[in-house]
Amino acid sequence: MEAAAWRPAADWATLRLRAELLRRIRAFFAARGVLEVETPLLSAAAITDSHLSSFATVYSGPGPRHGQTLYLHTSPEFPMKRLLAAGSGCIYQIARVFRDGEAGRRHSPEFTLLEWYRVGFDHHRLMDEVAELATALLADRRLLAKPERLSYRQAFQRHLSLDPHRATVAELTVCAERQGVSIPPGMPAEDVDPWLDLLLTQRIEPHLGQGRLTFLYDYPASQAALARLRREDPPVGERFELYLDGVELANGFHELGDAVEQRSRFEAENAARRAQGLPVMPLDEHLLAALAVGLPDCAGVALGFDRLVMLAAGKTALAETLAFPFEQA
Amino acid sequence: MATYSTNEFKSGLKIMLDGDPYAIVENEFVKPGKGQAFNRVKVRNLKTGRTIERTFKSGDTAEGADVVDVELQYLYNDGEYWHFMDPQSYEQLTADAATVGDAAKWLKDEAICQVTLWNGVPLSVTPPIFVIMTIVETDPGLRGDTSGGGGKPATLETGAVVRVPLFVQSGEVIKVDTRTGDYVSRVKD
Repeated sequence: MEAAAWRPAADWATLRLRAELLRRIRAFFAARGVLEVETPLLSAAAITDSHLSSFATVYSGPGPRHGQTLYLHTSPEFPMKRLLAAGSGCIYQIARVFRDGEAGRRHSPEFTLLEWYRVGFDHHRLMDEVAELATALLADRRLLAKPERLSYRQAFQRHLSLDPHRATVAELTVCAERQGVSIPPGMPAEDVDPWLDLLLTQRIEPHLGQGRLTFLYDYPASQAALARLRREDPPVGERFELYLDGVELANGFHELGDAVEQRSRFEAENAARRAQGLPVMPLDEHLLAALAVGLPDCAGVALGFDRLVMLAAGKTALAETLAFPFEQA
Repeated sequence: MATYSTNEFKSGLKIMLDGDPYAIVENEFVKPGKGQAFNRVKVRNLKTGRTIERTFKSGDTAEGADVVDVELQYLYNDGEYWHFMDPQSYEQLTADAATVGDAAKWLKDEAICQVTLWNGVPLSVTPPIFVIMTIVETDPGLRGDTSGGGGKPATLETGAVVRVPLFVQSGEVIKVDTRTGDYVSRVKD
């Protein structure tokens, strides 16, 4: 490491842009009557998704939580839904979140999420608002064509001539080989999702968000996460992602409000963790209790703020947008 | 040999792929927000020099390659093999034409070369950055032209051909940069 490692990594223009964008985000939501909230970063419960890894620490007291393992949140989603169930109405939060095992040009183990929930919106209406916010933040720095909306199926059909909801592992393997995608060793023979992820990241994402915002929506039910399912044949998860310059910027859901369904998804994810030798996570019983009382019909989205700053500033690495990147923290 | 997790991947790390030793050139972490993470890696085959792209599931491992760089002294060429010696242990190693490659034209007796060994066997040879060689043949050129502009080809004692300024003559000793094949200067005895 160079002698100047104590110095900020980002230039002052980018740090001033960060502050300016935060100011404009707060003005955007204030004008729409969306309430800014703050929720705990440390929680007794953690996300069960086997692709996310939470940092854990132990509280040494005093109080009833003495000696308990606590987890740094990977997103503020669960406590924000408790607020919604308690009658908060529309809310947003700008939060530092933490994800172990994620580092690279566009990943940092600690980063800033802008997360917001709109009561009465479905995922399509929320996509409209995401486009309005992103356009308001980027318009003076980037020339963008009209936003584009593409279903997950349309994206696979357009770029790979393949139906992602019906393709088998064998068909996905042939497609990857034909596309010249390097196939990692140890890809599963029975689970299509890692194959879809491989093709999406290697052959579809680079085409998304070129010169415009691209929304990908209606994901396979197996990738619904916390989105509600729409009973079609085959069923789809009402989830969306936003891309610009091939970079994933946001992930949103028409939120699942069914406590029974949510518990069974958490348990299925923990079972997958157990099968992979990963630690099983404590379920967020507060969230499940809130859902049981009733989550208002709503849609929510989380937007990677550092990536937005990166694209607004014309940078190519997250480290260029942070005062002190992870390696210098 | 050790195995390395994708978390330990960084440029320069030597790993085995399909039975060949590779050096990692570039390592990129790729992850969809809600899905499987991958490491997309550019690797250079240390036998062929070719660079290819490979993808790993993050958290998977690759076997390390036993590849080391050592300084060896060039001894001689017997017509088929190039012979080198470890100046400390006096152990001798031989390398064939494919291994020596382009370095052959810069090898002169007793030159200290960097030899890359894979499982103890030479994989590639890097000549010294600067070599001192005698010109065996070059056109006389114009006497009195010291501008250095233009230049002319000169054949060196090893057969290598470099461009030299017009004022440099046969029998003179010159210094050459082997990375570019460029003439650097005359060397006075």
